[in-house]
Amino acid sequence: MQHTTIKSTEELPKAPTGIRGLDEITFGGLPKGRSTLIAGGAGSGKTLMSMEFLVRGAIEFGESGVFMAFEETSDELAKNVASLGFEIEELIKEKKLIIDFVRVERSEIEETGEYDLEGLFIRIGYAIDSIGAKRVVLDTIESLFAGLKNQAILRAELRRLFRWLKDKGVTAIITAERGSNELTRYGLEEYVSDCVILLDNRVTGQISTRRLRIVKYRGSRHGTNEYPFLIDEHGISIMPITSLALDYKVSNERISSGIPRLDMMLGGKGFYRGSSILVTGSAGTGKSTIAAHFADATCRRGERVLYFAFEESPDQIVRNMSSVGLNLQQWLDKGRLKIHSARASLYGLETHLVTMQRQIDDFKPNAVIVDPISNLINVGESSDVRSMLTRLIDYLKSKQITAVFTNLTHERLEATETEVSSVMDTWLLVRDIEIAGERNRGIYVLKSRGMPHSNQIREFLLTNKGVDIIDVYAGPSGVLTGSARAAQEEKEQAEKTLRREEIERFSRDLDRRRKIMEAQVAAITAEYEAKAEEIKQLILQSKERESILSQNRARMSKARGSQEKTIKG
Amino acid sequence: MPKKDPADVTAEFEKALKDENQERYILRLYVTGMTPKSLRAIDNVKKICNEHLKGRCELEVIDIYQQPDYAKTEQLIAAPTLIKKLPLPLRKFIGDMSNEDRILVGLDIVPKKESERVSRKINDN
Repeated sequence: MQHTTIKSTEELPKAPTGIRGLDEITFGGLPKGRSTLIAGGAGSGKTLMSMEFLVRGAIEFGESGVFMAFEETSDELAKNVASLGFEIEELIKEKKLIIDFVRVERSEIEETGEYDLEGLFIRIGYAIDSIGAKRVVLDTIESLFAGLKNQAILRAELRRLFRWLKDKGVTAIITAERGSNELTRYGLEEYVSDCVILLDNRVTGQISTRRLRIVKYRGSRHGTNEYPFLIDEHGISIMPITSLALDYKVSNERISSGIPRLDMMLGGKGFYRGSSILVTGSAGTGKSTIAAHFADATCRRGERVLYFAFEESPDQIVRNMSSVGLNLQQWLDKGRLKIHSARASLYGLETHLVTMQRQIDDFKPNAVIVDPISNLINVGESSDVRSMLTRLIDYLKSKQITAVFTNLTHERLEATETEVSSVMDTWLLVRDIEIAGERNRGIYVLKSRGMPHSNQIREFLLTNKGVDIIDVYAGPSGVLTGSARAAQEEKEQAEKTLRREEIERFSRDLDRRRKIMEAQVAAITAEYEAKAEEIKQLILQSKERESILSQNRARMSKARGSQEKTIKG
Repeated sequence: MPKKDPADVTAEFEKALKDENQERYILRLYVTGMTPKSLRAIDNVKKICNEHLKGRCELEVIDIYQQPDYAKTEQLIAAPTLIKKLPLPLRKFIGDMSNEDRILVGLDIVPKKESERVSRKINDN
């Protein structure tokens, strides 16, 4: 549904009810100065809703009111509504509220001829005038039908009454019992035609859920769905979240998941603030632990966390988390953490969600944890659950509340029972990996909108110092975890040692060969050098011999020359 | 308690009946202005008082337009309303009081059924 801000001048003036959610569905409240019919079965909340209309009118909008009670006395009414936190005695003293009990007892009344209901008119008129009331409730005017026999007079007088109320300019609520075929048992909708609201208390699967629907609203837009509502110690709250549009602001701020390595897997910075995170996994995979880590980290930043637990009591959560080194008690003591435990089967899904919304409104947390949503799914029909969760997530997003939902899955790991994953921003999957007779946990990021994220499966360890995420072994023999990973790593280590020794052996061999080669080279060189020396020696000797020979030859020739001279001479 | 003689019981009963017939009536008639309905009602009630309760009927006619707080204190819904304050039990009549028989029965002036009372008497004996 789209919100439009165009305000036409002809728009119907409205009287705000102040009832949580109702003004949103009716776009401002009930038709001002006109009558509204609230129809519903026994115990559907008609009286409370109309009383809240008067009380809030008196307290919040400065409009005093008159409550004409046909069924309960003022004391009974005061007692009944006190359980909802309305102190009407004060209001009566301050002349902001009048409760007038109208007793209609058939056995006491004898009809003798023609009459009118002027007595009632005067009573209402007198009450209105005495405090200047702007709001009137007639609860339940149908008692007149039981008390008076002459229906013709009664119907004519009721018609006159509603017209008279309109002339008085008061905003009126008329309650009526639901009829079996018609909207109301006595057809009151015939007279009150401006606005008709239907309350319903339906039981499905032994769980009752209150619902509200605006059947008609003349001259005004209104939400047409059935809206679940809740009656608790603060009055009525209606959950009109389907009317929320997808126009909330998003934050670019990143916040830690509480597990550093997980932050690394999410682009190194963790979750976006205000995003919704789904953690799925089979039993005992550590979903709650991841959620608790996030809660711890959030509290550590000085923010507030509201933890909805549907399986464990607050004490149990605190104890169990202390076994992984998380001290949640300190945050409970400081009021930063609130754990709201309830059995999922206690109420219907809608009631749970309205309760959650109310708790969120009251506690104003920065983060919400729902652990697990799968339990909620069991109490509703899957189509309802999906729309309800969408409403809740939309609501949280509009308030910039980061939400972590855990979900227990059974066989199909990548499917949540209601396909809620599509409305989640980040989806972490914790799965067990069974190898070599043991069960280990693996974690991976299935999706994470708007950020780069790791595509790796990591091993997820729960230690007494918290969660540790380490790399799994991913090698030629597949993905291994736990002791198999350790064994594989050892095996690799051994292989590595072996290989190193081999390399060393080879290099030693090479060394040795080189040394042999060098030795041989040295020997050959030595031999060569020895030979060379010898040869040099020989050359030298030869050269010496040669010079001696030449000297001898010279001497001989000299000697031969002098002989010739002597002969010639 | 000593058991009473049946003859005494009958005598007591007769006496009670006689007393009842002599009891004073306090009647209040609430009307809304001088409408034809109001006037008819006033006439009719006055007539009953004169004819059946002569000398022992105290009738007060109140206009609730003038005194609207009576509407609440007397638990009025319709108008005109006649309230029999005394003798007890309190009884209310609404309308223009044109159905005289019904009023007479309601005011215990005329017994509901003569035959019923007779049969009760026989049983008591």
